[in-house]
Amino acid sequence: MDFSSLNPVAMIVLLVGAATPILLAALGELVVEKSGVLNLGVEGMMIIGAVTGFIVATETASPYAGMLGSMVGGALVAMIFGFLTQFLRSNQVATGLALTLFGLGLAALLGGDYNGIKPPPTPRLNIEGLSDLPIVGELLFSYDPVIYFSIFLVAAVWYFLNRTRGGLILRACGENHDAAHSLGYNVVMIRFGAIMFGGACAGLGGAYVSLIRVPQWTEGMTAGIGWIALAIVVFASWKPWRAILGAYLFGGITILQLSLQALGISISAAYLSMTPYIVTIVVLVIMSADRKRASLNAPACLGRSFHASN
Amino acid sequence: MKFTKTLATAAAMGLALSGAAFADEDPIKAGFIYVGPIGDLGWTWTHDQGRLALEAEYGDRVETSFVESVPEGADAERVMSQMARAGMDIIFTTSFGYMDPTINVAEDFPDVAFAHATGFKRADNVATYSARFYEGRYVIGEIAGAMTETNKIGYIASFPIPEVVRGINSAYLAAKSVNPDVEFKVVWVYTWFDPGKEADAANALIEQGVDVIMQHTDSPAAMTIAEEKGVYAFGQASDMSAFGPNAQLTAILDNWAPYYIDRVGAVLDGTWESTDVWDGIGAGMVGIAPFSDNIPADVQARATATIAAIASGEFQPFTGPINKQDGSVWLAAGETADDGSLAGLNFYVEGIDGELPQ
Amino acid sequence: MLRLEPRQKASNMMLYFTPLIAVALTMVVGGALFAMLGINPFDAIWIIFFDPFLDSFNLSQLFIKAAPLILIAIGLSLGFRAGVWNIGAEGQFIMGALVGGATGLALWGMEGWWILPFMAIMGAVGGFAWAMIPAILKIRFNANEILVSLMLVYVAQNLLSAMVIGPLRDPDGFNFPESRSFSRNDATELPMIFEPLGLHVGGVVALIALAGAFILLQRHSLGFNIKLTGDSPRAARFAGVNPSIIIAVCLGISGALAGLAGLFELTGPAGKLTTNFPVGYGFTAIIVAFLGRLHPVGILLAGVVLAGTFIGGENAQFMLQLPSAAVRVFQGMLLFFLLAVEILISYRIRFSKGAS
Repeated sequence: MDFSSLNPVAMIVLLVGAATPILLAALGELVVEKSGVLNLGVEGMMIIGAVTGFIVATETASPYAGMLGSMVGGALVAMIFGFLTQFLRSNQVATGLALTLFGLGLAALLGGDYNGIKPPPTPRLNIEGLSDLPIVGELLFSYDPVIYFSIFLVAAVWYFLNRTRGGLILRACGENHDAAHSLGYNVVMIRFGAIMFGGACAGLGGAYVSLIRVPQWTEGMTAGIGWIALAIVVFASWKPWRAILGAYLFGGITILQLSLQALGISISAAYLSMTPYIVTIVVLVIMSADRKRASLNAPACLGRSFHASN
Repeated sequence: MKFTKTLATAAAMGLALSGAAFADEDPIKAGFIYVGPIGDLGWTWTHDQGRLALEAEYGDRVETSFVESVPEGADAERVMSQMARAGMDIIFTTSFGYMDPTINVAEDFPDVAFAHATGFKRADNVATYSARFYEGRYVIGEIAGAMTETNKIGYIASFPIPEVVRGINSAYLAAKSVNPDVEFKVVWVYTWFDPGKEADAANALIEQGVDVIMQHTDSPAAMTIAEEKGVYAFGQASDMSAFGPNAQLTAILDNWAPYYIDRVGAVLDGTWESTDVWDGIGAGMVGIAPFSDNIPADVQARATATIAAIASGEFQPFTGPINKQDGSVWLAAGETADDGSLAGLNFYVEGIDGELPQ
Repeated sequence: MLRLEPRQKASNMMLYFTPLIAVALTMVVGGALFAMLGINPFDAIWIIFFDPFLDSFNLSQLFIKAAPLILIAIGLSLGFRAGVWNIGAEGQFIMGALVGGATGLALWGMEGWWILPFMAIMGAVGGFAWAMIPAILKIRFNANEILVSLMLVYVAQNLLSAMVIGPLRDPDGFNFPESRSFSRNDATELPMIFEPLGLHVGGVVALIALAGAFILLQRHSLGFNIKLTGDSPRAARFAGVNPSIIIAVCLGISGALAGLAGLFELTGPAGKLTTNFPVGYGFTAIIVAFLGRLHPVGILLAGVVLAGTFIGGENAQFMLQLPSAAVRVFQGMLLFFLLAVEILISYRIRFSKGAS
């Protein structure tokens, strides 16, 4: 078998593109979970972002306006979840699942008139001199802006969670909401804010699919990547940097199996596709087994509803 | 399983009786069950175009309705029963997975005509219909073979079922006939519809030096990627030039309208009976979209001649000598494949690299 | 200014009244949506909400759709009461069908009354074993069962694909990725018990499971321990309840019931294993369990109502040409409203002048 035709640089460029929507959604969900909330509606928020981003982009002829629109769209549907779980104290698991059902339906309804339209293209970075460099140029300086933004966002989320007071408070809500409450923090509003942020990130991830990765709108086009984003958060053990690793690993496995097939190597796609999930479980077990380390990562109040006792 | 048997039969008889009294005034009711959303721009969309053509053809004499995104299995069976009960005269079930449900429900509603797309089980009131897409694939294969400069043609395939394998073989034979050095790279994505994955597959193929892409999946994702990367591609099911104005060379068009119009016409004049229709370019069920200006005139002329030869029945894409991938003889010189062996085709022809997933 | 004030005691009236409020709200908002789409809202709501329970054919389909939801939800509700969050019932459902189905295929061609029951046992074992993975990982390594069970859904889905493309594929099926048909084969066909309501063996088993859960929770010490663990884990520990056993029992029962549901779905309504076999019953059942307030009777009602709106939603599509997307939005709204009004059971709304 001739492996020389496998171009590692091109494969990396491809896998970054496949991984970015997952990474964006996972970052949002990571912040949500750090605040102690489990939102299983990522897929619903992503598809809403995909359609609202597409609509705004085609109407304004600006992909950037579309991306803003997708963040607003994702945040708006996340608000439904936030309102129900935080103010009306509904169960998070059930509400998240309902959000996915609702989001998929609403997106199809909104996008009905936008089938078969090409959105305005998103330009890739092109820096005179740098982008043309062999290998390095392609590997580092030739992506679309959202990819750079996603990396920036990883750093920003890390900085916020670990180096700012706001991040400390948010994590406190996730670790022990009663203690955070008695220190005078408004747990409900903090979580509500985190949920909106999660929605905006998921929405942008959806728009990445509909505006850049496959520039078109079709019903159900996110095809389950919202659920993968949930897995990535766990795989990353709630650490933003590891979320990059996880998302790129997932993207890498998809691209690798397609590329190997294109090379003429027959592989079993189904077995290969299940490995990331098994790896995620193994990572989770290793992390949880060491209780000291586990408590540093997994938010203790994850999924638990907060009732102020006064 | 007859999950609907007795009750449904009783209801059907009641409806049939009341229906008879008004036969002259009532329009014919035609129901459609779709596996995907009508906005998929692929398989389901083309069937819905056929439905709309039916309405345009008969106007007030026909009334159509549909249910989209019906999962294959129990849900499909229920939807079909409901449609039959609602007084449908003919029901088109448009996915392979509806085969057993269609047969089950048809047993309960002997007075309702059913037509199942792409299946192989028939009954007195269950017809089957399918299109010889491999004829269209021969045409685009010939164009692909002439257009490729790298001699590498990429093929995004869904599932290793005979329908898809026929298409790969037919396109390969055609490409090989005009370009002996041509090489096919087949990628199985195991889905009919996942735009993200289809786009990734297209990208992976292009990275391997492919400069013409064919697909047997539903979304226009590969076409958009081809346009972006500056390679050629073919539209699947419908004209996808909106997604690839420069990339699309032509497209295989699924045209169900003639069949639907013909069959509903037969119901209208009471001549409907269970048939097995497998039509191709000749009957207009498979169409070829206008050629792109990027195709040189001589290639266009040859493709036009091939279309005419296939349409007239003068040429059959699977005409020997053809060997199987392992080198054994499949068809001797001059021999053509019969429908039976085509229906169960489960091997690559000689010259295609890679292993067919079994 | 609106304010929420906790009630001294959960309101019984609200317990029964809130679902009606939610349905009424859904009708108003959903009706407005339908009207916006140019569809007569009264017709649509009638077809979605009432027709499924009034028309004999629709009734004959009701339990076919509701049985798997109820059977899975019952098992889940035990765990949810104990604070054991199995959200991977979809995976256990698939594994039940896969293991039970493989058993049936291994015995293919044999006759005998015992084949189907044996398949059912193997289906339950399949679901049970799949649920034991998160249980053991939780007990031994403290791994979060929500996440492990969710991950295992994807593993199960991929395993199903691999099996129907590979070893379990119908040898006479022209290479299509599906198994032989269990429902068109006497030895493996699931019998229908009471046709007017669509009650097949799986439906009957679901009703038995409902009764069993009811008795367990009301009368049995295990039921008491489950509730105690959920309400107050510390108190349960002091009372000598072993949390590991509660985790294993809750996940085990819910896994086995989900596996059974999968096998019944396979040998009855679905007929064969395909990559499209899972249609989300395992996830919808989570919603059913919560809408039923984790109570057996509530689950029965929630399962039936939800099944009804699925059936009604399909009918509305072809009778009124209502887009399937609108039906999903409508169902999503119904769930949102049902979840929203639940707060009225333990809180009352007070109107107060200004901030207090």
